[in-house]
Amino acid sequence: MDKFLTLRGIACPLEMENVDTDQLIPARFLSRSRADGYGGFLLHDLRFDAHGRPRGFTLDEPRYAGASVVVARRNFGTGSSREAAVYALWDYGVRCVVAPSFGDIFSGNAVKNGLLTAVVPEPDAEALLAWLRHAGAPELTVDLEGQTIVGGGLPFTFSIDPVRRLRLLNGWDDLDLTLQYTADIAAFREARCKAHRWAFPALPPVERDGNARS
Amino acid sequence: MSSAPRTLFDKVWDAHVVAVREDGEALLWVDRHFVHEGSHHAFRKLEEKGRAVAEPSLTFGVSDHYVPTLSRPHIADPEIAGMVERLNGNAARHGIRLFGLDDPAQGIVHVVGPEQGLTLPGLLIVCGDSHTSTHGALGALAFGIGASEVAHVLMTQTLWQKKPKRMRVTVLGRLSAHVTAKDLALSIIASIGAGGAQGHAVEYAGEAVSALSVEARLTLCNMSIEAGARCGMIAPDMATFAYLRGRPHAPKGADFEAIVDEWRGLASDPGAVFDREVAIDARLVEPTVTWGVSPEDALPVGGTVPHADLANPLRAKYVAEALAYMGLAPGQKLTDIAVDRVFIGSCTNGRIEDLRAAAAVLAGRKAVVPGLVAPGSSAVKRQAEAEGLDRIFEAAGLTWADSGCSMCVGMNGDRLAPGERCASTTNRNFRGRQGPLSRTHLMSPAMVAAAAVAGRIADVRTLAGEGQ
Ligand code: SF4
Repeated sequence: MDKFLTLRGIACPLEMENVDTDQLIPARFLSRSRADGYGGFLLHDLRFDAHGRPRGFTLDEPRYAGASVVVARRNFGTGSSREAAVYALWDYGVRCVVAPSFGDIFSGNAVKNGLLTAVVPEPDAEALLAWLRHAGAPELTVDLEGQTIVGGGLPFTFSIDPVRRLRLLNGWDDLDLTLQYTADIAAFREARCKAHRWAFPALPPVERDGNARS
Repeated sequence: MSSAPRTLFDKVWDAHVVAVREDGEALLWVDRHFVHEGSHHAFRKLEEKGRAVAEPSLTFGVSDHYVPTLSRPHIADPEIAGMVERLNGNAARHGIRLFGLDDPAQGIVHVVGPEQGLTLPGLLIVCGDSHTSTHGALGALAFGIGASEVAHVLMTQTLWQKKPKRMRVTVLGRLSAHVTAKDLALSIIASIGAGGAQGHAVEYAGEAVSALSVEARLTLCNMSIEAGARCGMIAPDMATFAYLRGRPHAPKGADFEAIVDEWRGLASDPGAVFDREVAIDARLVEPTVTWGVSPEDALPVGGTVPHADLANPLRAKYVAEALAYMGLAPGQKLTDIAVDRVFIGSCTNGRIEDLRAAAAVLAGRKAVVPGLVAPGSSAVKRQAEAEGLDRIFEAAGLTWADSGCSMCVGMNGDRLAPGERCASTTNRNFRGRQGPLSRTHLMSPAMVAAAAVAGRIADVRTLAGEGQ
């Protein structure tokens, strides 16, 4: 995974709370292969009508074309565990979402794909939204190391879980890390088999002498 | 293990920690991993890495999200057929037990797990679906994960997690007649908000929770995610053990009784500390329905649609937009809202007790709007038919379908037409959840049945009092 250090780009204001995963990507697109790109599905039903015609949604306003940052209200990404919500943002080109709070599973999924979820206090989110709505050049600079967002001449500080910050900064992939624990996992499995054999439905019950078959 | 008092959540968490990283994240052992048609992204990741499934015997596949409910086994839409086929292929390739389209135990993953005895107290259970919180009703630690995590579990049978905070929701007193776990769940979400339990593992406790049947507890834990919680849990008790005894995949005979002793220890110790405590008075909970586009937009059925001229401009804007989407007027009585259709089913309310509750209202009555009843599993379907519930639904004019996620989610062919309004037993009233521009009102099965009879949102208590 690529490292996330700083980002400078167009920011689109989404003046909505509870932007849920069904809105980020409607369910009917989830059967598509990622190879074709999910960017076109992002916020699809807010952006397009039943005939696929643009509704003039904020994201499609020319001034926000090519947005790599999205600023929204509280509880962004609430709802389901569908990682496709992150794929849609990522494939569209979004690398950072700024909001006062995020759905838990969503922000976990985000970090695994290199997408930054930056938490700012509600008044700061409102200030950013108001500024982006009218800014001549709606551009933000996001610095993960310093945890700042600069826009409209104002620096804002954001918070992020320190673990997630470290992973984004280093571009760490979970699996590489887990493979270093292969021996611990094997030992844990063996101990669990012994102490809680019932938790392994495929194993025959304990023999009468008390020794477990394997 | 430390001797300090621990919560139920801590006990199950601690028992699954393989290692703890310097940054504090724990590597957890996974006892049960459920996959469904939507897990195709994860299987693709597995293939890209050229790896095998680490523990096929702890991995279970279920066809639920995409399966048709009205035309089985035929699937008209090639894209949907492809999703079902892809899971069949992945399960066969990796030696995973699949509860597929034609399996007598097929159903919605969160109905099948408990019903088949795969979900047991003290287990750590994950699935690439947020309503995995359901399984916590049996004292398991169960939560939804994303596709990257599904791939990680497939490859290692483990998962990195940051430990959530602990929250206890204590429900005092008893629920009144005709007030169900669904009403309780909606009231809790309305009171703490759709993000109210974010970052927390929730334990439900108190007299009203103990008094719930296991199926009702599954409904309550199911909707934990709608409050933003990582998971919901209830300490296993006599009702839990009775529910599990004899289930197909549960331990058998003397083994089972020995394990029950172990399970009895799965309760929060006296004096265990929670990061947050919330108390709810069960006696104040009424039949509850949603009016807006988030489960937190819930009110007692006797209420009125809120006004948008609130002091808080942000809130006013939210309410105005929600009402515009839902096609409702401020101040309108909830019981004046006419519905076009009803849906009974889903992992929230698709179990046998739910169908019984709906049938009890519908018996001898006619629905004045069309509707679909999709049992939560094929086993629930057989049971309902043995009890004659299917005939009650059909006599009332509703359609009796096969089991699956059906109209809970617009991906299998069952969905609302744009603008249609549905009284639904599901868990999400998000914009477009039941199809593009669909309008969903969440409520209990009995309340949906009442809405079917009245053609509008109705208070089941008045209907129940009327006689038949
Ligand atoms: S019934 Fe609905 S909420 Fe439950 S698993 Fe299926 S789609 Fe998800």
